[in-house]
Amino acid sequence: MEQPLTKNIRSNAEPLSLKEYEKTGGYQSVRKALAMPPQDVQNIVKASNLRGRGGAGFSTGMKWSFVPMGPDARRPKYFVVNADEMEPGTFKDRLLLEGDPHQLIEGVIVSAYAIEAEQAFIFVRWAYKLAIKRLEQAIKEAYANNYLGKNILGTKYSLDLRIHSSAGRYICGEETALLNALEGKRATPRAKPPFPQVSGLFGKPTIVNNAETVANIPHIINNGPDWFKDLSRSNDGGTKLYGVSGRVKKPAIWELPMGVTVRELIEEHAGGMQDGYAFRGVIPGGASTDFLTSNHLDVKMDYDSVAKAGSRLGTGTMIVLDDKTCPIGFVHNLVKFFARESCGWCTPCRDGLPWLEKILRSIEEGTGQPGDIELLEQHCKLLGPGNTFCALAPGAVEPLQSAIKYFREDFERHLRDKKCPWK
Amino acid sequence: MITIFIDNKPHQVKEGQNLLQACLSLGFDLPYFCWHPAMHSVGACRQCAVKQFKDDKDTRGRIVMSCMTPVAEGLRISINDAEAKAFRSSVVEWLMLNHPHDCPVCDEGGECHLQDMTVMTGHNYRRTRFKKRTHRNQDLGPFINHEMNRCIACYRCVRFYRNYAGGRDFDVFASHDSVYFGRHEDGTLESEFSGNLIEVCPTGVFTDKTLKQHYTRKWDLQTAPSICVHCGLGCNTIPGERYGSLRRILNRYNHEVNGYFLCDRGRFGYEFVNSGRRIRKPLWCETGQKEQKPIEKESALKHISTIIADSKGIIGIGSPRASLEANFALRAFVGPENFYSGMSAQEHKLTSLIIDILQKGPARTPSLHDVETADAVLVLGEDLTNTAPLLDLALRQSVRNRPKELTEKMRIPAWDDNAVRNAAQNAAGPLSIASAAGTKLDDIATRTYHAAPDDIARLGFAVAQELNPKSPGVPNLRDETRKLAQEIAHTLKNARRPLIIAGTSLGSETIIEAAANAAWSLCESGKPAQLCFAVPECNSMGLALMKGKQLEGAVNAIQSGKADTVIVLENDLYRRADETAVDDFLHNAKHIIVLDHAVNPTSSKAEIVFPAGTFAESDGTVVSNEGRSQRFYQVLDPNHDIQESWKWIGAIIKTLGRAPAAAWDNFDEITKSMTTALPVLKPVQDIAPSADFTISGQKIPRQPHRYSGRTSMLANVNLHEPKPPADPDSPLSFSMEGYESPPPAPLISRYWSPGWNSVQALNKFQQEVGGPLTGGDPGKRLIEASGKEAASWRLNVPSGFTPKDGEWLIVPIHHIFGSEELSMLSQAIVGRAQKPFIALNSGDAERLNVSDGEMMEIALAGKKYRFGAKIKPELPVGTAGLYAGLSLFPVFGTIYAKLSKV
Repeated sequence: MEQPLTKNIRSNAEPLSLKEYEKTGGYQSVRKALAMPPQDVQNIVKASNLRGRGGAGFSTGMKWSFVPMGPDARRPKYFVVNADEMEPGTFKDRLLLEGDPHQLIEGVIVSAYAIEAEQAFIFVRWAYKLAIKRLEQAIKEAYANNYLGKNILGTKYSLDLRIHSSAGRYICGEETALLNALEGKRATPRAKPPFPQVSGLFGKPTIVNNAETVANIPHIINNGPDWFKDLSRSNDGGTKLYGVSGRVKKPAIWELPMGVTVRELIEEHAGGMQDGYAFRGVIPGGASTDFLTSNHLDVKMDYDSVAKAGSRLGTGTMIVLDDKTCPIGFVHNLVKFFARESCGWCTPCRDGLPWLEKILRSIEEGTGQPGDIELLEQHCKLLGPGNTFCALAPGAVEPLQSAIKYFREDFERHLRDKKCPWK
Repeated sequence: MITIFIDNKPHQVKEGQNLLQACLSLGFDLPYFCWHPAMHSVGACRQCAVKQFKDDKDTRGRIVMSCMTPVAEGLRISINDAEAKAFRSSVVEWLMLNHPHDCPVCDEGGECHLQDMTVMTGHNYRRTRFKKRTHRNQDLGPFINHEMNRCIACYRCVRFYRNYAGGRDFDVFASHDSVYFGRHEDGTLESEFSGNLIEVCPTGVFTDKTLKQHYTRKWDLQTAPSICVHCGLGCNTIPGERYGSLRRILNRYNHEVNGYFLCDRGRFGYEFVNSGRRIRKPLWCETGQKEQKPIEKESALKHISTIIADSKGIIGIGSPRASLEANFALRAFVGPENFYSGMSAQEHKLTSLIIDILQKGPARTPSLHDVETADAVLVLGEDLTNTAPLLDLALRQSVRNRPKELTEKMRIPAWDDNAVRNAAQNAAGPLSIASAAGTKLDDIATRTYHAAPDDIARLGFAVAQELNPKSPGVPNLRDETRKLAQEIAHTLKNARRPLIIAGTSLGSETIIEAAANAAWSLCESGKPAQLCFAVPECNSMGLALMKGKQLEGAVNAIQSGKADTVIVLENDLYRRADETAVDDFLHNAKHIIVLDHAVNPTSSKAEIVFPAGTFAESDGTVVSNEGRSQRFYQVLDPNHDIQESWKWIGAIIKTLGRAPAAAWDNFDEITKSMTTALPVLKPVQDIAPSADFTISGQKIPRQPHRYSGRTSMLANVNLHEPKPPADPDSPLSFSMEGYESPPPAPLISRYWSPGWNSVQALNKFQQEVGGPLTGGDPGKRLIEASGKEAASWRLNVPSGFTPKDGEWLIVPIHHIFGSEELSMLSQAIVGRAQKPFIALNSGDAERLNVSDGEMMEIALAGKKYRFGAKIKPELPVGTAGLYAGLSLFPVFGTIYAKLSKV
C-alpha cells in the first residue's frame, strides 16, 4: 500500500532536513513542473481528480482554472495554504506540517507556479507552535537552496513564501475569513462572488488550498494523474489521511486509500471499541458533519459515498460516540464550540447558535421543556445553507439534526426524567 | 429596464441594482437592517430574505438575501412565500433574544426601525426563556448616547464611521453574540460626522444626547423643512420643536445636496435657538441711559418712527447669516444706495469675486452630489473638514470613483460594498490638497502641499498653466513645485470629471483666481471641469448676489455725516472688522438700530433692538455655495414678539406710512417684490409652492397626526384649546390636521409612512430608493456657467511668500467646533470647542523658545493678546496659525504680527 504523504514521517523524530528530503526524491516535482508551462501543471492536477481535503471536496484543478492567467492578469497573485486546522477532532494537517514540512513547501512551489503566483503564505493555526517552528526551518533551507526566492533553480520563476500564524479563531479556517485575517482585518467571511480566484488576498487573484491538498501536489506531478487515481478505492483520486478519535482502542491517524469503509477504520485500524464501550454512532469528518450509525459502517469514506449516506466526508477525521457518553452532552459540547466561534457577522449564526447551545444545556441539565426538541429541529432548517452568510452555522447544526434523528429517544428521556440518564 | 417577477407579477426595474433596492423602489415592504442606500449591501443581517425560483416551473425555490441578489431579466422571486416569511420572522426573533424590552424608556421608541421591522415580520411572541447578554456602555462625549444592550449588530455604525466617514476611533470589538460597537475606551467620538450614527443605527444604541436633555417623542415634535445655518453648504434639515423650544435636528434628504448625512455642527448647533442670550422682546436704551430695557412692540415701533423722522440719513447693514428676504427688506427700506453687505472687507471682495468667476466663466459649480462623482480633485487652500464639513464627506466618496472603475471591470456590482472595498483595497484618489496647515483629508490625499496662501495660489496658477499654456505662467517657481503642479495637472487631465475646490477661509483672492484658472484651463481643453468654492456663511452667496456695498462705505457715510442712523441686520460687526474701527463707527452713529436674535457686542450698543427670528422662527431663503437657493420654514410659532426681520422691517415701514416698499404683507409678497427688484433672484419664486397651495383643500401639517396633548398642553393657562396659529406665509399649518400623504418635496416636514415610523420611511418619498425625491429635489440654482464665453484668465499671480524677520504671517485655522458664531451658543458644541491657540512651525517655535501649550503673546494693531502655543510641524516657516472665528479677534486679510513668549 502506497503512502506518499506520510512515507517520510517518522514518529517522535525530527522531520527530514532538506538534504535528507532531496534524497528521498524530494523537490523533483519542482524541477519537473518549472520545465512545463503553468497551464500543463494545472491540467495534470485536474486530470488527477484531486479534491480539496479541507472538507468541501471541490476539485483542486478546477479551482485553479478560474485564476486569470497571462500577462493581463492582475498582480501579484497569491497562493495561500490553509493550515488553520481547528475543527474539533481533526489533527491530520498537523501531522503533515510537523512531520514533513518540505513536502508542503514543495507542494506550495508547484501550486503557486501553476497559477503564476509570486507570493505564497502558509496560514497556520496559532497553537501549532511546533509546526510553525519546523516550517520556518524548512523554508529557510528552501531559500538557501534556491527552491524559493528569485529565479528558482535558474528559471524565470520567483516565489516568496511566508508563514502567518493565525490569531486563533475557528472562522479563520473559512477561506475568505482567512484572507481577511491575513490582511489584518476582522476574520469575517466574504460574500462570494467575487471568488478569491478573481478578488482574493488584497483584492488580487488568490488560491487558498488545504495543507493536505497541497501535500498531494508533488506526488501527482512526479507520478502522473493515473497513478494518483489508482491509489484510490473510489472515484475520488489519491490517498487520504483518516483519523479516529473517541473510545476506540487505538485512536490515531493513518494514510489509506481513498474509499476505505467506516468499519475498516474503526474495527481494523483503530482496533475496535474499548472494552466495555459499545459503538453508537460516528461523526465521520470533523465536528460539523452529520452522525452515521451502525447501519452505515460499510459506507465508503469518500466524498460521494458519505454524502449519499446523509453526511459529509469533511476532513475525514471521525469522532466515535459510545454508549456511555450522552449524545446530548456530546452535541451540546459541539454547538457550544460553534456558538463561541461564530464571528458575529450574520444574525442566524451569531444569535441562533447561542440559543441552541442554551437549549441543549438546559436539556442536559434536566430543565428542558416541552417544545425544545421541535425548536431545535426548526433551527436545524433555519440555519441551513444559504440562510447564513457562510458554512459555519449549517455545519454546526449537522451533528445536531442527525442526533435528533438517530437519538431522539435520548432527547425525550432527558425531558421526561428531567435529568441526564448518563449522569 | 428589465422585467422581474415578484409573486408571479411582472415588474419593470432598472438594471444594475440589487433586488432589495428594486423591491423597495417598487413600494414593497421588505424588511432590512444592514443595508443602507448610501452604504449598500453586505448581507450580514439576513433580514431581507426572499424566495428565488429558477423558472416558472420551479415551485420549491431557495431562500436568497435580496440585498445580495442582482436583478436580472426574468428573475422570479416571492416575497410572500411562507418559508421566506417564516425565515424573516425568525431573524427578528434572533435579534430580539438579547434586545431589551425597554421601548417605553428608549429614546428611539416611536421612530425605531427595529420596531417597524419587528411589526412588519409579524414576530411577536417571545419563545426563549434564557437570560439576555449585557454590555457596559461608554461615554462617547457631548453628542451621542450609547446603549449597547440594544444593539442588533447590523454593522451599519462601524461601516458608516470608518468606511464612509473615515473615522478611526470607533470599531467593532469581540465576536459571536458579544460583538461590541464603540471605542477602544470611553471618550469623545472624534469624527465630525458622529451624529449620523443616530440616524444610521436602526435602533436605540446611538441616540441624540442633546435631545435627551429635553426629550420628546417623534410624534410629539412639530417639524418643518429647514436649511442648516452653520456653514455655506446649505444642508437640508428637519428641526423639531415642542413647548416653544427646539429639541433636535434631523437630516432632511436632498439627493443633490446632503443626501443622508449632516455634520455634527449642523446637527448639534441648534441650541442657540433656545439660548439664554436670546432677545425675546424689543429692547430700548433711552437717551442718556446705559442699559437697554424690554419694551412693548408698539413703543419700539413708535421710537423708531421718531428716530427716522429725525434722522439725516439712514444706512442699512445686511448680513450673510440673514435670509435673502431679510436683507432685501432692509435694502428696500434704506434704498439700494444705502445698503451695505455687512461682510468684512475681505469677505466682501472674495465672495464678489467668486460670484463673478462662477457667472462669467465656463466652469460649473457642482452640488455636493456632483462632488461625490468627481474622479480627480484639487483642493486649494481649504481645510474642508473644518470650513465646509460635508465637502469632506463628499470627497471621501469621490476618491473611490477611480478605484471603482477597476471593480466595475471585474464585474463586481457597485452595491456589493465589501466586495468593492476588498477588491479596491485602500486605493483612493487622485486627490491633491494644498493647505496652510495639515487637514484631516490629508490621510486620503494622493498629494499634499503645505504652504503660505500666496504659494498655494502659485501652485494653482502653475497647475493651470500646465493644463493650458495660454493661462498665465508663474515666474520663479521652484522645480519641485513645478513638478508637483505637473503631476496634479496630469491627474486632472486624465479625469472624466475633474474638480477644483477653493474657498474664502484663508482670505486669499489669488487662491480663488488660481482655482478659476485651473478649472477654466480644463474647460478650454474640453473637460467638463467643475469649480467649487467654500464660503463661510449660510447666505454668503445670496448676499453677494444682491451686490450690497462694502462695509467701508458705511463707515464713510457715517463719518462724513451723510447719514447718522444705522440699521444692523442680524450681524455682529465685531466679527466683521477690527474692534477699534467698529467702536468708532458705532460711536459716530447717532442712532443704532439692531435686528438680531441673540445678544452680541453689536446689539449691546443699540438704541433699539428688535427680536429677530432664528431660522426656526422664520420663513426665508438662503443661497448655498453651489448657488442653490433654498427655502426654510418656520418650525415654531414663537410665543413672544420674535418675528422675521423682514416682518419687523415691514412693520417699521407701515408705521412710517411709507410707500411703495410697504407692499409686502406676507412671504409671497416680499418674494415677489424681491425677484422683481433683483432679476438674478428670479428662480427663488419657484423654489416651493406659494402660501395658498393646498392639496384637496388642505394645508401641509407641521405636526404629525399622532401629535399628543394638544388639548392639554396649555390647560394650566386656559382650559379652552387655543386656535392653531394661522400661517399666512407658507402652505404649512401649525396643526396636526391636513394632507397626510407625501407633499411636494420642498414641503416635506418629516418622514413617515404607514408601517414606517423611523427615518427609513424616506424610501417612500423618493422616486427610487437612494435617488431624487419624488417630484425633484428642492432648491433652484441661481448661478450657471456661461458656457459661451472663453475664459478671461486671471492674471494676478502673486510672488512667493518670504518669511519676515521677527514677524509672522497670520493664517487663520478654522475649527468646526468653535469658529462659527451661532453654534457656539450651543452647549454641546462648546463642549467640543478647542481652546484658542497660536500654531507655529517647530523651527519657529524653537526660535521663539516656546513649546506646546506655553503662553504666547501676539501684538496686533497696537493691542496685545495671549494664547497657548500649538506646534504644527507642517506649517510653513514664517507663518503662524491663529484659531479663526474668535469674537473680538477676527483675522482679516494679510496681517503680519509680532510674537513672543510670555
